[in-house]
Amino acid sequence: MKTNLYNYILELADNCLIAGQRLGELCGHGPSLETDIACTNISLDLFGQTRSYFQYAAEIKGKDATEDSIAFLRTEREYKNILLVEQPNRDFAYTIARQYLFDVFHLLLLEKLQFSQDLTLSAIAKKSIKEVSYHVRFTGDWIKRLGDGTEISHEKMQTAIDGLWIYTNELFEVTEEAKELAEEGIAVDVSTLKEAYYEKVTALLEEGTLTVPESKYFQKGGKAGIHTEHMGYLLSDMQYMQRTYPNMKW
Amino acid sequence: MIATNQHIDEILIPILEKVSDPEIPVLSIMDMGVVRSAQLINGIAEVSITPTYSGCPAMDVIGDDITKALKESGYDSKVKLILVPAWTTDWITERGRSALREYGIAPPLNPDADKDALLGDKRIVKCTNCNSTNTKLVSQFGSTACKALFKCEDCLEPFDYFKCLK
Repeated sequence: MKTNLYNYILELADNCLIAGQRLGELCGHGPSLETDIACTNISLDLFGQTRSYFQYAAEIKGKDATEDSIAFLRTEREYKNILLVEQPNRDFAYTIARQYLFDVFHLLLLEKLQFSQDLTLSAIAKKSIKEVSYHVRFTGDWIKRLGDGTEISHEKMQTAIDGLWIYTNELFEVTEEAKELAEEGIAVDVSTLKEAYYEKVTALLEEGTLTVPESKYFQKGGKAGIHTEHMGYLLSDMQYMQRTYPNMKW
Repeated sequence: MIATNQHIDEILIPILEKVSDPEIPVLSIMDMGVVRSAQLINGIAEVSITPTYSGCPAMDVIGDDITKALKESGYDSKVKLILVPAWTTDWITERGRSALREYGIAPPLNPDADKDALLGDKRIVKCTNCNSTNTKLVSQFGSTACKALFKCEDCLEPFDYFKCLK
C-alpha cells in the first residue's frame, strides 16, 4: 500500500469531513432559514468532496476498506484534520469565522492541488474549486456584514476571530508525508500558501473594520492526531450510528 | 453545447433521455449534460456520468435509474462515476434550459452576468413567473446546492435560480 499517499489523502479529506460535520450541526438550527440552508449546502459540498477522497483512499488501502469505514470507524487519534475545523459552533460569528478562516486556505490549496501529478487528486481539486469559490464568498460576506454591522455584531465577530486565530498557523504545517509527496509533485507544500493567506484574510478583516489579532502563540497538533477536547464529542455524535448498529447501511 | 453526446451510442440515446434528475423531474439527464459517455461493449452498456456538485445526493439515484431503464430495454449495464472533466452549466442544452424555465427555475446566466446577479445586486435574472427582471437575490444558496434563491419584486413570487458553474 502507498502509505504516504493514503495518509496525505486523509489529511486533505478529514478537514472537509470535520468542517462539514460542524456546519451540518446547524441543520434546522441556523439563525435564519437562508443561513441555515447556506451552511448545510456548504456542508453537503464538503461531504461530497470527502467522499471522493475517501473512495480513492479506500481503493489504495484495499482489503475491506470502504469510504464509510474510513469515515466512521477510526479512533480520534487517527483523524488528521487541523484543530481549527473541529472548534464548536459557539455562536453564528464563531461558525462563520471558523469556516471563513478555513475557506480561504482551502481555495488556495485547491488552486495548487489541481496541478498535482496524481490525476485523481487533480480531478477532485478541479471539481472542488468551483464549489469552494462560493463558500468563501458567502463566509467572507458575513464577516464583513457582522464586523461592520452593529456594535454587538462587531464585538461578537471580533471575539470569534480572536478566539480562533491561534489555530490558523497549523494550516501551514508540512507533514512528513506531504513533504515527500510534494517533492514528487503530488502534494502541495502548504507552507508556500502562508503569505497569500494572511494577506487575503487581513484585507478582508480590515474591510469589515475588524482588528487582525497579533498573537505570537499558536496551537497545533491536529495533523498528528492530537486534538482539542471538542473532537471526542464531535466523533461520538458523528459515529453514533455505525458504533451502535455496526455495518448498518441506508 | 451538446459536447456530452459525442461518445454516446445512438441506440442508447432514447433510453437515457427517459431518465430524469430526481430533484428536477422535467429535466432529462441528457439535457442536464451529466452523461459523459455511453457505449455498447459486448452487449453491455457502459455509461459514465459526472456529478453536478460533489455532494449531489441525486447521483446515486441517477445511477440506479440508468441501470433500471437499460435493464427494461434489455441491456445489462455498468455505470461509472467520473470527475474529469468537471461538469459545467454550459452542458445544459437549450431544451434543458427551457425545461428549467417552465418548471420555475431560472436557467444559469453567463459567468459575468452570474457574478453581477449574485454579488453585484444587478437585477438581471428573469422571474420565471412573470418574466420581469425586477428581481432580488434572497440567498446565494437555495433548496439544493446548485441553486440560489430569488424573489420577484413585481409579482412577489420567490423562485430558484440555477447558479452558473464553470
